[in-house]
Amino acid sequence: MSAGELTVLQFTPSPTSLSAKVHPLVIFNICDCFVRRPDQAERVIGTLLGSVLPDGTVDIRNSYAVPHNESLDQVALDIDYHHNMLASHQKVNPKEVIVGWFSTGFGVSGGSALIHEFYSREATNPVHLTVDTGFTNGDATIKGFVSVNLSLGDHQLASQFQEIPLDLRMVEAERIGFDVLKKTAVDKLPNDLEGMEDSMKKLLALIDDVYKYVDDVVEGRLAPDNNIGRFISDTVASIPKLSSSAFEKLVNDSIQDQLVLLYLSSITRTQLSLAEKLNTAAQIL
Amino acid sequence: MAQPAAVRSFLQVAVTEEVASPLRVVQIEGLAILKIIKHCKEFSPSLVTGQLLGLDVGSVLEVTNCFPFPIREEDEEIEAEGANYQLEMMRCLREVNVDNNTVGWYQSTLLGSFQTVELIETFMNYQENIKRCVCIIYDPSKSNQGVLALKALKLSDSFMELYRNNNFTGEKLREKNLSWVDIFEEIPIKVSNSALISAFMTELEADTPVAQCDYDRLQLSTNPFMERNVEFLIECMDDLSMEQQKFQYYYRNLSRQQAQQQSWLQKRRAENMSRKAAGEEPLPEEDPSNPIFKPIPEPPRLDSFLITNQISNYCNQINGVAGQSFSKLYLMKALQED
Repeated sequence: MSAGELTVLQFTPSPTSLSAKVHPLVIFNICDCFVRRPDQAERVIGTLLGSVLPDGTVDIRNSYAVPHNESLDQVALDIDYHHNMLASHQKVNPKEVIVGWFSTGFGVSGGSALIHEFYSREATNPVHLTVDTGFTNGDATIKGFVSVNLSLGDHQLASQFQEIPLDLRMVEAERIGFDVLKKTAVDKLPNDLEGMEDSMKKLLALIDDVYKYVDDVVEGRLAPDNNIGRFISDTVASIPKLSSSAFEKLVNDSIQDQLVLLYLSSITRTQLSLAEKLNTAAQIL
Repeated sequence: MAQPAAVRSFLQVAVTEEVASPLRVVQIEGLAILKIIKHCKEFSPSLVTGQLLGLDVGSVLEVTNCFPFPIREEDEEIEAEGANYQLEMMRCLREVNVDNNTVGWYQSTLLGSFQTVELIETFMNYQENIKRCVCIIYDPSKSNQGVLALKALKLSDSFMELYRNNNFTGEKLREKNLSWVDIFEEIPIKVSNSALISAFMTELEADTPVAQCDYDRLQLSTNPFMERNVEFLIECMDDLSMEQQKFQYYYRNLSRQQAQQQSWLQKRRAENMSRKAAGEEPLPEEDPSNPIFKPIPEPPRLDSFLITNQISNYCNQINGVAGQSFSKLYLMKALQED
């Protein structure tokens, strides 16, 4: 603030590098709520739960829909419902607090400011998440906003929605496998060995790709890219250098460990079936 | 009965139709899976449960949503509060058009150690109210290896019948030909997603050729998992041998009693012979007041059945992981040789 007479036009809080992490469950839940929305409702609105991480990132982990009525110029939110549901959620996980609200639709719409004001009273600096369930521009657009106040000195002029970067945390979804979550119907969950086979096939395909790339570069069919070259050399270097006898020993030891375990479990099973036979035999006695 | 046989009440009709189509498939929405995983993982290693909501359609049980239960406390007052919570949650969910029909419950488990008497009791409780219910078991410890360890279980009908009538004795078991394998039935799981979610996921799927589950699967170190598995296995074996000792004790007592009965009977017969010769009335050949005729209570078999189930479960897990480790080791060998 340079001079006393000048009043400063500024945004509060200043648009910092705030970002939000969205877990896949939230998107799933919003989509499900949208599919189950009441007749004639244009969109669904709901509360986002989560926590604010130490570095200021908002971690959005859970959500629930809140029934609402919308007419041209006003929005009526079922606040009782919102509080009941919040109390229920907090019974299970007290660490999850309100971090914002969501709405379906493309970007911010008319009533959003009103709802945002309501949530500003429930949480400090809430995040507004919009999920475009209508695929308005052909993409699955998911956007996050925070409200920024424009003020002239102490006098508040207006507030605006400022878009913030979103980190769509798909690690959990990847853990389960997109194959399961992507299709509308999956007949069977993959069991462990099938999953293993898949992963190995992928690994093989990747190695083949790398081979092909290296060959192409060596033959001069492709322009070499230093970055890729460095990645490849890093990857190759990450394989520990072992003498072949030491490696052989390592592998054989592990294999033998596993074999012992297998043997043990087979013996146990034999024991079980034997015990059962003996038990039934004793009953006849 | 006053009611004529030709007129069947609705209840009767309902009962006969229930029997007609057995439960074949459990169809879970991706949303429910994610919710279960979130809940179980956040509270791991403590074990948690929650309720499954959905619809019962023919031979398919659809699980479309679920909600978690707060961690249970011993206090009775809090228990009542838990029931309130459940009602409140269901009411709230109904308001946003979620299926408001309980179809079972889910619970997390540690290394698949879920076969307990409590599980059976909970199941029987649910079964009283809902004809067809299912228990979904999720194992967070296994999912670190890139496996979606989700299982749908129910108790087999024959077991339930025995358990309900408290007929869990050796004789009845033999009659029904029920062995430990037949307690639980695993039901195949199908996953379904709405078209909207499918579209979103297709859009949001990362372009990278490797996913997190691939990394998890190719992780070479399985030792901690195996160690705990074997540890649990050994504990179970100890339990089982305890149970078997109980049985041995019981059989020993039984045969001793039978021998005593025999000798008593012989004595009585000899006495009767002499009485007959003397022209007196013979004494009865049974004496209920004599302690040797009192039947010895049979030790319960349920525990040993469950332990056996548990052990075979551990064995399966060990086999599965060992099999995967073999593949990984040979893969590593091949890579090193290249």
